[in-house]
Amino acid sequence: MSNKQWLEVGVVEDIPRLGARVVKIESGDIAVFRTSEDKIFALRDKCPHKGGPLSQGIVQGENVACPLHDWKIKLVSGEATAPDEGCTASYPVKVEDGNVYLSLTATGA
Amino acid sequence: MKEKLILVGNGMAGMRALEELLKIAPDKYDITVFGAEPHGNYNRIMLSPVLSGEMPFEDTLLNDRQWYEDNGITLHAGDPVEHLDRVGRQVKTAGGLSADYDVLLLATGSTPFIIPVPGHELQGVIGFRDIKDVDDMLEASRDYKKAVVIGGGLLGLEAANGLLKQGMEVSVVHIGDTLMERQLDKVAGKLLKDSLEERGLNFLMEAQTEVLIGDERVKAVRFKDGSEVEADLVVMAVGIRPNFSLAKEAGLHCERGIVVSDTMQTFDPKIYAVGECVQHRGNTYGLVAPLFEQAKVCANHLAHMGIAFYQGSITSTKLKVTGIDLFSAGDFVGDETTEELVFQDASRGVYKKLVLKENRVVGSVLYGDTIDGTWYFQLLRDGTDVTDFRENMLFGQHHLGDSGHGEADQLALLPDSTEICGCNGVCKGDITSAIKQHGLFTLDEVKLHTKAAASCGSCTGLVESLLASTVGGDYESAPSKKPMCGCTDFTHDEVRTGVKENELKSIPDLMKFMNWNTSDGCSKCRPALNYYMICAWPGEYDDDYQSRFINERVHANIQKDGTYSVVPRMFGGVTSSKELRAIADVADKFNIPEVKVTGGQRIDLFGVTKEQLPEVWADLNAAGMISGHAYGKSLRTVKTCVGSNWCRFGTQDSTGLGISIEHITWGSWTPHKYKIAVSGCPRNCAEATIKDFGIVCIDSGYELHIGGNGGIKVRATDLLCKVETEQEAKDYCAAFMQFYREEAHYLERTAPWIERVGLTYVKEKIVEDNEGRAALVERFHESQKYAQVDPWAERVAGKDEHEFKPLQFVPTQKAS
Ligand SMILES: Cc1cc2nc3c(=O)[nH]c(=O)nc-3n(C[C@H](O)[C@H](O)[C@H](O)COP(=O)(O)OP(=O)(O)OC[C@H]3O[C@@H](n4cnc5c(N)ncnc54)[C@H](O)[C@@H]3O)c2cc1C
Ligand code: SF4
Ligand code: SF4
Ligand code: FES
Repeated sequence: MSNKQWLEVGVVEDIPRLGARVVKIESGDIAVFRTSEDKIFALRDKCPHKGGPLSQGIVQGENVACPLHDWKIKLVSGEATAPDEGCTASYPVKVEDGNVYLSLTATGA
Repeated sequence: MKEKLILVGNGMAGMRALEELLKIAPDKYDITVFGAEPHGNYNRIMLSPVLSGEMPFEDTLLNDRQWYEDNGITLHAGDPVEHLDRVGRQVKTAGGLSADYDVLLLATGSTPFIIPVPGHELQGVIGFRDIKDVDDMLEASRDYKKAVVIGGGLLGLEAANGLLKQGMEVSVVHIGDTLMERQLDKVAGKLLKDSLEERGLNFLMEAQTEVLIGDERVKAVRFKDGSEVEADLVVMAVGIRPNFSLAKEAGLHCERGIVVSDTMQTFDPKIYAVGECVQHRGNTYGLVAPLFEQAKVCANHLAHMGIAFYQGSITSTKLKVTGIDLFSAGDFVGDETTEELVFQDASRGVYKKLVLKENRVVGSVLYGDTIDGTWYFQLLRDGTDVTDFRENMLFGQHHLGDSGHGEADQLALLPDSTEICGCNGVCKGDITSAIKQHGLFTLDEVKLHTKAAASCGSCTGLVESLLASTVGGDYESAPSKKPMCGCTDFTHDEVRTGVKENELKSIPDLMKFMNWNTSDGCSKCRPALNYYMICAWPGEYDDDYQSRFINERVHANIQKDGTYSVVPRMFGGVTSSKELRAIADVADKFNIPEVKVTGGQRIDLFGVTKEQLPEVWADLNAAGMISGHAYGKSLRTVKTCVGSNWCRFGTQDSTGLGISIEHITWGSWTPHKYKIAVSGCPRNCAEATIKDFGIVCIDSGYELHIGGNGGIKVRATDLLCKVETEQEAKDYCAAFMQFYREEAHYLERTAPWIERVGLTYVKEKIVEDNEGRAALVERFHESQKYAQVDPWAERVAGKDEHEFKPLQFVPTQKAS
C-alpha cells in the first residue's frame, strides 16, 4: 500500500476550469475536478446524499455543488459541508509537467 | 499582530455581529467578549417558553462556551464592564480586569423600566429581561400563589401566561383600555383579552399603580382609585430603556440611545454599537430582526468591506402564547388618507384588518388566522400596488388566481407530521424542531438545515410563518433587502441595474466590481449572473457554460440515475410520419428504455447515457429535428389544439399560429422555464390559461393571457388584452416575453413575478405604451438572432466535445 501506483489520466487542459471530467473504472466512476486556480482534485463520482454524479455539478472555490439536490461537497476530502453530513471517497492526485496522475487508493470513506 | 476587538455585551445583537464578522473575515481580529450575565449567549426571546415550562434553558443557548473556544474568542462572562477610557482605549470591569482595544463594539441591550412608585424596591418586585428574572419567577411560583403583572404589552402578557402555566393566580394591570395598544387596534385587543380571560388570566384595565405595599416582601398593589389586589410577586413589564450608561459616562454622544450612523459607527470612530442600546435615525428598536440587520451591516464595516448601510427597519410582531395567533405590522390604525379592509368572523374568532394607502399596504392586524401575515408584510415592504387583487386579499394568498387549493388549515393546528415542503418531504415537526434545536432565525438557515423551501420555493410562505410562530415576535421574515445569495449583499434588481449601468460584460468583472465575497460565486448566483449577462448583452456576451446547471450544459435533462432524457422539438405539437420513424429508429438503435409522451405535446426519450447524447442528436438532426429545450430555463413548448383546421368549434387556425409562434420564440433563454399555448376557441383544449403566455382564439380575434402556472401551485392566467390580428398576437407575445426576460429575477416564474410587480404595471408597459411595446419586440428579435442556434447540431459538430467523453477509461485492474 505504501508505494502508490500513479495512473496518468491526461493533461490539466483536458479538464475545463471550474469543471470536471470522468475517469471510468470498473468499480465506479471517478470525477476529476479543476478549480479556478487550476488545482486538481479527484472524488468518487457519487454524492453521499443520493448518489448524484458530482462531476456534473457546479464547482465553487474548493467545493462542488451536487447537481441533484445542491449539497456542497468538499473537493479536498469528499465530505459534505455542514449542515449536511456524509462523505464520498477521495483519491490522491498529482500534477507533473502538466500531466495529471491519479492514485486509485482511496483515502476517504 | 492582529487588531484587538472588544465586545461589551454578550447578547443577541453583539454576538450576531461577531458571527457575521467571522463569516466574512475570520482572522481579522483578536476578539474578547465581556458579558454581565454568567452564561454564553442565549436566545432571550425564548425566555417566555422557558418560563411557561415549554422549553428547558439549555435549549436556548446560541453560543455555548465551547463555541467561544473553538473560534478563538476570549469570554469573560459574569463580569460587567464598569469603565470605558476612550483616550487610552481601554475597558475595566467590576472584577478589576482591564483590557485594551483597537476597535470596540458596544451591545449593552436595555434594561426593564421599573416604575419608581413607593415600594418598588421590595422583595418580589422584578422585571422580565434575563434568565435570572425567570429563575426568580419560577422560584416564587413554587412558594407563593398570587402574581400581578404590570403592563399589558407583549412582554407582560407572555410573563402572565408563563406564570399562569406555573400554577399562579395572575392579574394583569394595564393603564390603557386596550391590550398591546402599540400593536393592536381595539377590536383585536378585545378578542385577545377575551381569549386570555378564558384561559384564566384576570385583567385590571385602566388601572394606575400608586403604591406597592409590604414590609420586606411585597404583599399587595394599591391603585390611584384606592382599590387593592394581593400580590406575592410583582412583574413590571411596562417598557425597556436602552442601556447606555457606560457609553454616556465615557462621553459618547447619546440621546435616547447611543447615537450611530448608517454604518453603525458612534461619534467615536473607534467605537461601533448595535442592538437595543443604539439610536439610529431617531429610532430605537426592541425586536431582534432589526438588530440582526444592524449586526450584519456592522460586521461588514468591522471587516473593512465598507459597502453595507443600515437604513432602518419596519417591524412586525407576533405574540408567543401557544394557541393564540396574532400578527401586527406597520401603521394599523390609519388616518383620513388611508382605507381599511376588514374581515371579521366572530364565531371562528377571526379578525383581519389591512390598512391601505393609495392601494398599497401600510399596516395590518390579524387575529385568529395569521397564515397570511408574512405575505401582507412582504407586500408592505415591497410597496406592491394591490389594485388587481384587493377584493380578494383578505381571503389570503392562496385565493389569488384560481388556485383550487382550498382553505389552508391554520398552521398552528396542523399536526407535526404535516408535510410542509413537498419537494424535499419535510414535515412541520422537522422544521419546528430544527428551529428550536439549532436556534435558527432566518429562512436561509431553515433552508440549509432542513431543505424546506430550498427547491421550488412554493412553501416559502408556510416556512416563514412557522419560523414566526416558533421563534415568535419578529424574526428576519422579509429583510427589506433580500440579497441574491450569500456571496453578496446586493439584490437581484441591484445586480441587473449594475450590469447595465456599468457595462459589466463578464461574470468575473461583475464579481470584482460589485465586491463579491467569494472568488467563484456559488451555484445560486452564477447561473443567475450568466442569465443576466445573456439578456443584457445579446451577441456580445460569451455564454459561460460552467455557470450553467448540468441540464443546460449538456442540453438534456439529468434523471435520478444520472442518465439523461432527450426531447426533440415538435413545433406546435405537430409531427409527421418521417419524424416519428426517425424517433423510433433512434429508440431501437440506442436501446432506449422508455419513450413517453409529455404534457407539453412532445416525445421524451428516457435513459440515454451522456456519452450517447451526441450520436442520438445526430440521428434526430438528420431527420430535421432540433433540440426541444425541455431542460432549460427557456422557451419549452407551444401547445396547440387543432383549431379551425379540424374542430367544429374552432374560430381561428390555432395550430398554425402556435407553430409560427414557436418558430419565433424557440431558443430564447428566460429567467425560468416558459410555456405557451394556443387554443382555437374558449373551450380551451390546449389549456392556455395555465401557461406563461396563453392565446385563446375568439371570433373577433385573440384573447391574450399571462402569468398562468400549472405546477405545484396552480394559478390561472390574468387577461392582458384582446387583439384583432395574428400579427398583433405575435407582437404582444414577443413584447411580453422580452419584458419578463428583462425584469424578472432569475428563477422567478411569470406567476410570482406578476404578483410581485402587479398586473397594472405589466399592462402599462405592454398594452398602454405602444412605443415601449415596439421597442421590446425589437429587442426580442435582436436577441433571438443570436439565440436561435440549435445546441444539438453545435455539439454534433464537436462543440464541448470533452463534456461527452470520459477523460480516461481504466481497463480492469486487480484491486490494490
Ligand atoms: C422575555 C422576552 C421575550 C422577547 N420576545 C421577543 C420576540 O418574540 N421577538 C423579538 O423580536 N424580540 C423579543 N424580545 C426582545 C429581544 O430579546 C431583544 O430585542 C434582544 O435580545 C436585544 O438584543 P441586544 O443584544 O441588544 O440586548 P441583549 O440581548 O439584552 O444583550 C445585552 C447584553 O449585554 C449585557 N451587558 C449590559 N451592560 C453590560 C456591561 N456594562 N458589561 C458587560 N455586559 C453588559 C447584558 O447583561 C446582556 O447580556 C424579547 C425579550 C424578552 C426579555
Ligand atoms: S416528473 Fe414532475 S410531478 Fe413527476 S415526480 Fe418528477 S417533479 Fe414530480
Ligand atoms: S379549444 Fe376549441 S377549437 Fe380548440 S380543439 Fe378545443 S373546442 Fe376545438
Ligand atoms: S444526490 Fe447529491 S445532493 Fe442529493
